Amino acid sequence: MNSRKYLVLAGVSVFAPVGDSLLSYGMKQVGNISLKNIPDLLLAITNPWVGLGIILLLGFFASYMSALSWADLTYVLPASSLGYVLLALIARFALHEHISLMRWLGIALVSGGVGFVTSGPEVTRRPPKPHSDTSGVATEHS
Amino acid sequence: MIKHTISNLNGWLAILAIVLSSSAGDVLLSRGMKQIGDVGKVRQKRGFVFVMLQVLRNRYFLMGVGCMAISFYSLLFGLSWDDVSLVGPAAASLSFVVNAFAAKMFLHERVDHRRWAAALFVAAGVVLMAF
Repeated sequence: MNSRKYLVLAGVSVFAPVGDSLLSYGMKQVGNISLKNIPDLLLAITNPWVGLGIILLLGFFASYMSALSWADLTYVLPASSLGYVLLALIARFALHEHISLMRWLGIALVSGGVGFVTSGPEVTRRPPKPHSDTSGVATEHS
Repeated sequence: MIKHTISNLNGWLAILAIVLSSSAGDVLLSRGMKQIGDVGKVRQKRGFVFVMLQVLRNRYFLMGVGCMAISFYSLLFGLSWDDVSLVGPAAASLSFVVNAFAAKMFLHERVDHRRWAAALFVAAGVVLMAF
């Protein structure tokens, strides 16, 4: 793992929870949408908070695609969940919000999970198959 | 009471839709990006436009994006019906576990004890952090 890869994982970690939070804030302003009014979901993106959330989620998507190109899915997902911890710490130390005991326990569990996965290899190494590739995970660059 | 039950039912239906579609999307995107290879290295060798064309022409990527779009609108639907403290953590938490199964089955990733522990720790942690 080099610094570029750590930076990509940091992008995945930060953009997703912040983007989700902005979407949540915006959707509360938009209000309930029933199954009869599905087109209203398309209009929801005109809300500025929903729009900003979508921009951050695009940043997340670019970082996520980059991470998936060199690491396993089961590595990227837990490793990038540190963003949840980051959000909670911002809430506690920047916004001075109260963090319950359960939430501290959650922070410890997520951090433990990230520690577990990042202590191992980021990708499953497979023996090379010189004649054919039937795994479906090809390595050609056409 | 009835309105609350309907709201809960819609919330859980949205959670189910989010988990299934996002897991399918993750698996498809992962497979597509592995076909392309490390985008950082490919970009250095062939340029940014080449990488973009490779990504946008990859069928697994396109199917994955379709699944992610379904997941995104399911999330918006769920958030409009139920509290973010239920929809967000429940969907995120279940997704970690379902993804681990899906990655093992469809991507043949080596999900060892360390990765199972990581998936379960993070899933439990995400739920607890909602309190």
